[in-house]
Amino acid sequence: MTVATIFIDNAPREVNPKQNLLHVCLSLGYDLPYFCWHPALGSVGACRQCAVKQFRNEQDATGKIVMACMTPAAEGTRISIADPEVVAFRAGVIQGLMQNHPHDCPVCDEGGECHLQDMTVMTGHRQRVYSFGKRTFRNQYLGPLVNHEMNRCIQCQRCVRFYREYAGGHDLNAFHLRDSIFYGRHEDGVLESEFSGNLVEICPTGVFTDATLKHHYSRKWDLQMAPSICVHCGLGCNITAGERYGTLRRVVNRYNHEVNGYFLCDRGRFGYEFVESSLRIRHPLVDGKPATRSEALERFGAVLRKGAVIGVGSPRASLESNFALRALAGPDHFFAGVPDEESRLISAMVRILRDGPARSPSLDEVEHSDAVFVLGEDLTNVAPIMALRLRQSVRQAPMRLAAGLHIPEWLDHAVRETVQDAKGPLFIASPYATKLDDIATATYHASPDDLARLGFAIAHAIDATAPEVIALSPELETMAAKIAAALRGAQHPLVVAGASCRNRGVIEAAGQIAWALCKVGSPASLSFTMPECNSFGLALMEAPPLSEALRTVRSEPVSTLIVLENDLFRRAPANEVTSLLRGVQHLIVLDHLGNPTTDAAELVLPAGTFAESDGTLVNNEGRAQRFFQVLNPSTDVQESWRWLHEVSVAAGSKSMERWEDLDDLTATIAKEIAAFGALPKVAPPRSAVGKIAREPSRYSGRTAMLANISVHEPRPPQDPDSSLAFSMESGPGPVPSSLIPFFWAPGWNSVQAVNKFQSEIGGALRGGDPGVRLIEPSRESVWQYFSAIPPAFKSRSGEWLLIPVFHIFGSEELSRHAQGISQLLPRPYLALNPAEASLVGAKAGGRIKILIEDSQFELEIMLRADLPRGVAGLPAGLPPFDGIQLPLFCKLASVGTEFSARGVL
Amino acid sequence: MLTAEERREIEIKLADYPNKQAMSIESMLIVQRHRGWVSDESLGDLSELLGLSVADLDGVATFYNLIRRRPVGRHVAMVCDSVSCWIMGGERIRDRLCSRLDTTLGETTADGRFTLLPIVCLGACDHAPAMMIDGKLYEDLDEQRLDEVVARYK
Amino acid sequence: MEKPLTGNFRADGEAVSLSEYERSGGYQGLRKALLLTPAEVTELVKKSNLRGRGGAGFATGMKWSFVPMGKDAPHPKYLVANADEMEPGTFKDRALMERDPHQLIEGMIVAAYAIEADIGYIFLRGEYERSYECLARALAEAQASNYLGHNILGSGYRFEIHLHNSAGRYICGEETALLNALEGKRAHPRTKPPFPQVSGLWGKPTIVQNVETLCNVHHIVRQGVDWFRGLSKTADGGTKLYGVSGKVKRPGLWELPMGTPMREILEDHAGGMRDGLRFRGVLPGGASTDFLVEDHLDTPMDYDSVQKAGSRLGTGTMVVLDDQTCPVGMVWNLEHFFAQESCGWCTPCWSGLAWTEKILWAMEQGTGSTRDLETLKFQTKFLAPGNTFCAFAPGAVEPLQSALKYFAEDFRRHVDEHRCPWRR
Ligand SMILES: Cc1cc2nc3c(=O)[nH]c(=O)nc-3n(C[C@H](O)[C@H](O)[C@H](O)COP(=O)(O)O)c2cc1C
Ligand code: SF4
Ligand code: FES
Repeated sequence: MTVATIFIDNAPREVNPKQNLLHVCLSLGYDLPYFCWHPALGSVGACRQCAVKQFRNEQDATGKIVMACMTPAAEGTRISIADPEVVAFRAGVIQGLMQNHPHDCPVCDEGGECHLQDMTVMTGHRQRVYSFGKRTFRNQYLGPLVNHEMNRCIQCQRCVRFYREYAGGHDLNAFHLRDSIFYGRHEDGVLESEFSGNLVEICPTGVFTDATLKHHYSRKWDLQMAPSICVHCGLGCNITAGERYGTLRRVVNRYNHEVNGYFLCDRGRFGYEFVESSLRIRHPLVDGKPATRSEALERFGAVLRKGAVIGVGSPRASLESNFALRALAGPDHFFAGVPDEESRLISAMVRILRDGPARSPSLDEVEHSDAVFVLGEDLTNVAPIMALRLRQSVRQAPMRLAAGLHIPEWLDHAVRETVQDAKGPLFIASPYATKLDDIATATYHASPDDLARLGFAIAHAIDATAPEVIALSPELETMAAKIAAALRGAQHPLVVAGASCRNRGVIEAAGQIAWALCKVGSPASLSFTMPECNSFGLALMEAPPLSEALRTVRSEPVSTLIVLENDLFRRAPANEVTSLLRGVQHLIVLDHLGNPTTDAAELVLPAGTFAESDGTLVNNEGRAQRFFQVLNPSTDVQESWRWLHEVSVAAGSKSMERWEDLDDLTATIAKEIAAFGALPKVAPPRSAVGKIAREPSRYSGRTAMLANISVHEPRPPQDPDSSLAFSMESGPGPVPSSLIPFFWAPGWNSVQAVNKFQSEIGGALRGGDPGVRLIEPSRESVWQYFSAIPPAFKSRSGEWLLIPVFHIFGSEELSRHAQGISQLLPRPYLALNPAEASLVGAKAGGRIKILIEDSQFELEIMLRADLPRGVAGLPAGLPPFDGIQLPLFCKLASVGTEFSARGVL
Repeated sequence: MLTAEERREIEIKLADYPNKQAMSIESMLIVQRHRGWVSDESLGDLSELLGLSVADLDGVATFYNLIRRRPVGRHVAMVCDSVSCWIMGGERIRDRLCSRLDTTLGETTADGRFTLLPIVCLGACDHAPAMMIDGKLYEDLDEQRLDEVVARYK
Repeated sequence: MEKPLTGNFRADGEAVSLSEYERSGGYQGLRKALLLTPAEVTELVKKSNLRGRGGAGFATGMKWSFVPMGKDAPHPKYLVANADEMEPGTFKDRALMERDPHQLIEGMIVAAYAIEADIGYIFLRGEYERSYECLARALAEAQASNYLGHNILGSGYRFEIHLHNSAGRYICGEETALLNALEGKRAHPRTKPPFPQVSGLWGKPTIVQNVETLCNVHHIVRQGVDWFRGLSKTADGGTKLYGVSGKVKRPGLWELPMGTPMREILEDHAGGMRDGLRFRGVLPGGASTDFLVEDHLDTPMDYDSVQKAGSRLGTGTMVVLDDQTCPVGMVWNLEHFFAQESCGWCTPCWSGLAWTEKILWAMEQGTGSTRDLETLKFQTKFLAPGNTFCAFAPGAVEPLQSALKYFAEDFRRHVDEHRCPWRR
């Protein structure tokens, strides 16, 4: 990086000349107020809050006021932040902003973490002069997730810029003009964007606030907080969870430059409410009845003594919990709790990343790709933040146009106006239309096998030594050539795929393309989405899949099955699960929400959710990330690994005796499984860091909040596993980035305090971004092209290939039980191409009968012209179909008719 | 539903621009020329026709003062309230108009005959005060001439 | 005295037809221009010292020279005629369009040729329905006579012009907000740089030029630089349309040599004040210019002289304040306009003007205070050039800041007497 010297109040400072003055001043630690600028959104110069005085040279004593965010940090620039005239101007801007503001901080949800409050204090504006009436608005109902309070608006434009320009939403806009712009929807209604929750953090004041927090509101300063990882998809976005009075109150973004940057999706932000769901298991259940902890442990011990045990792990449980179960049951008797096909697909993805030359990129690298091919994934619904990142990636190539006109990247609207609709190459081949299609160069909707064929054809077009696809249609040939050319021509090409199609060909084809690119000398990256938050980590344990558990039960004398944080009825058809359960005498389940599996258990142990646990998850990049307990449960809830440890120690097992705390456990895992060698580096060990307070220094009521129970101030709970303390007291010394419980700095109470924790604004956290990559491409090229190319899909008469259709709200198991999200779930439906629908005489909105294996259902029809012929779609993960393992062929009949032996009619 | 005529006019104008976004304003003006205003329903129709969201269109509609999102009377009288007319007694003309028609600026008469709106400088400053009725400019107004002009519109 | 812009106007107020226009030398400038290279046309305009008549007075030829030219230049390039004329007190472009529409069209074609533009738009104020009709007819005539189209007069040059209806809002006259309006968006101004000449309409090189400016262009080509500079009394070339409104004997619009003294316009052409009234001040170039007073009456009405006197030539259309009209009321009226028209993009403008208007209204109602006077002063500094996103707000406070200076006593009286001394 080149460095420029600029002068700030006469002090020479070294800065990044590619940036603007606001960016560099904040990076240097100056407190310069701003509103409309955002590191991810760039500069538009609207609020005029970041004004500084600029001087032509050393002799210039007059200077002129400029907006720091709109002025390049060019070599030799001389500015003053402290100049009295510009200080007065900045106070004037706040005075103007506050003119219509209701000054309702005491009743405002934003109070105490409000950027407007912070900036008001920073500018020194403290006397209200304006004495006329204020404009007022009617607020809108925007759905169960985001609350609207327009009177607090300061017209900084950030909401619409994020929602429309950054996230591609269309249903939020600015209306009217002058001092009474209204930011909202055309009419009341649920915000359509999957990223609407970011408005809560993007808005510098209390216009958009977290509607779920409202149900159990607490000020930020009263929240006990801890760094955590989102459990609602495979991307592993970093979150900060907040607790008070023993309940989880909310989740906000935790900046990680490499992973989620500044944003979360709505599933990730609002899914947390499942922790307080009515299905929550808070006490042990023995034979279906509440039991005490010691009763439960006693029963557990008794069962263990009776005979052999097998354990079924979970892709939504931490590495530590899975490992503990593996240790208890023995590596030969530990099974990955995922369906066979999914397990094979995930192993294939891991192998492709490990054995081949293509690297899995971080999400930041995804954003900086300049040509992308998405194969088989509906990213907005499966890996939402990756979709948001890709929305920015298509700006990479056109940005060069702006650069040619010397328009810096951060000058946001100038870039957008110059670039207009130009978008870099992004090709999407998926079984049905996705929300990202609107920015795609070209799309292709086809059955999974045909998608795979296109993928293999692209690989062949890139490198002729890759196997050829026989009998490809001329159109697909052309499309393959076009995509191949775009990828080859790019500086940072990227291929994205995943397990959503449940098709091995799709995954191998994606690998093939990336490998072909590598072979011809292109630095291609390959990103696989993962179905769940620890799918990758579980795969690295290389445990056999669920069907093996059944085989074992059938072939060996097994008396007890222990299921870890897993509802088996989502993993296999009910009859298979039932036969597995029948094959053992005892079923022990550790989980946090009641489900059919816990219902069937003899013993249920209340497992901690992410909020009550410490542990490690491995995201789709292969990045291991630690989450920390935020909540100290007053009930029997605890980490699964701790339950298992306790039982095994009580049962006299030696293997786990040494695990005093999480650090011991991670060290053991690192020693026993080579893939996890770096696990102890994911976060510094407890011994290496002093105490870090989970509670802000203004935390209130510490001595009084439990006074209704006892007037004696209780001893704060101790955290045996980490340096984080359930208290307000911190030790000296800097906080390592992986352990930052919340972003706060003097004068910076809002989320924007993160500025003070970054090495450069918008860059890495000081000390490096949290997480350790567990997987890198192999250095020696022993890989070989795949040669099993599926034949073209042929639709069968009277049968339809049933594929999963993903929904950000509904397809994921836990968030479905969050109170806010539960109001947004789709109703079960069957999606059909209109031409197919007419074959069975079905109309939109009508109902249809569907025969899946030997179960019949009646369903609402949804017509989707984008679905390929011969294919039907079923919402993924939605009851009552959550146990059916798609894809499979089904039969359809109109309501009222019976299925004949041969199929339909 | 847009009428065939409205669609035709929109199609013709589309040829003047490289994309449909550019038609957002003109398309609303076309609808308004036919109906006097742009209803929510029209917004929905235009949204479909132009592939822009209703919020996109309404964001534009509410920015510009000549796009009317409320129904109007048979005639629309726009009274200049800018500086030259103000100096020349524009307020008197406005008050006279309001009292004669028994309504206020921004409102429609009870019989639906007139909608009165304020308007900025009509570029007729040398003949102030001025107003415009249904697109026709009236200059050098005094009370008497105002009455005459208004009487022409039934 | 030569009047190239208005000399052809018909006495009956109707628009000059194509044949009439051609008879008086119409489209000769275009024919001549097509024989020159684009660079030569630009050079002529540069040498002519034509300065933009939209208000800012930027040198027109110079502006064109920033447009990327030649084979590698991005296309389409655009030329936009700014026919938004919404500055209160201004009524010159309307006259040009309603009475001699071909003049604007010819000027546009020549200007377009000079910058190798492909497409032209006339961004027309929505209320100017008559102008729309005149221009639409003239455009059809020009098209039919091959002045516009694929191969203009056999030269191989191709140019088309579209009429765009604006839907209101003063800010649309600001050239970058205008571009957003043309693109069908909310019309807030754009960041500069990049300037429209480089990245304008739909990201392509674009020149935005006032109607009156464009109407001069072909005359320069046809009759030469020396002729054009000779029309003026100052260094700036050409004639200027001057207008006067307010309580003078004969309000009106005249084409006079650039630099004609203000007194001559007000007294000789507008006939001086109406009987019984005294001159108190004048906005020399529309609502967004500083008041000038008695002392300035001998100022030549050109860009530099008016600037030296402490105001701006602006549009050259003057609004006269007499001694029976309340200056505070007049400023209230102006600030009401500006507060209403603020696009709402930048804080100082939307907040400052709304507050300013409220204070002035309060003063008119007799509830203004001394502290309010302080606030007014503060706002004039707060909304100074550079502090706001565009030139709208600084223009908006020009009449206020000068009124506070020249009519301080009137403001004082409103506060002290708790009423407007002019209202009974
Ligand atoms: C708020 C504002 C309103 C303006 N309105 C107009 C207008 O109505 N007509 C016009 O020609 N120029 C207007 N201008 C000036 C234009 O921005 C631009 O400078 C002009 O069209 C350039 O043409 P010229 O160089 O021929 O004057 C306005 C400027 C501002 C800041
Ligand atoms: S000064 Fe600011 S708010 Fe006012 S018109 Fe310009 S950009 Fe809009
Ligand atoms: S932050 Fe610079 S103008 Fe808003």
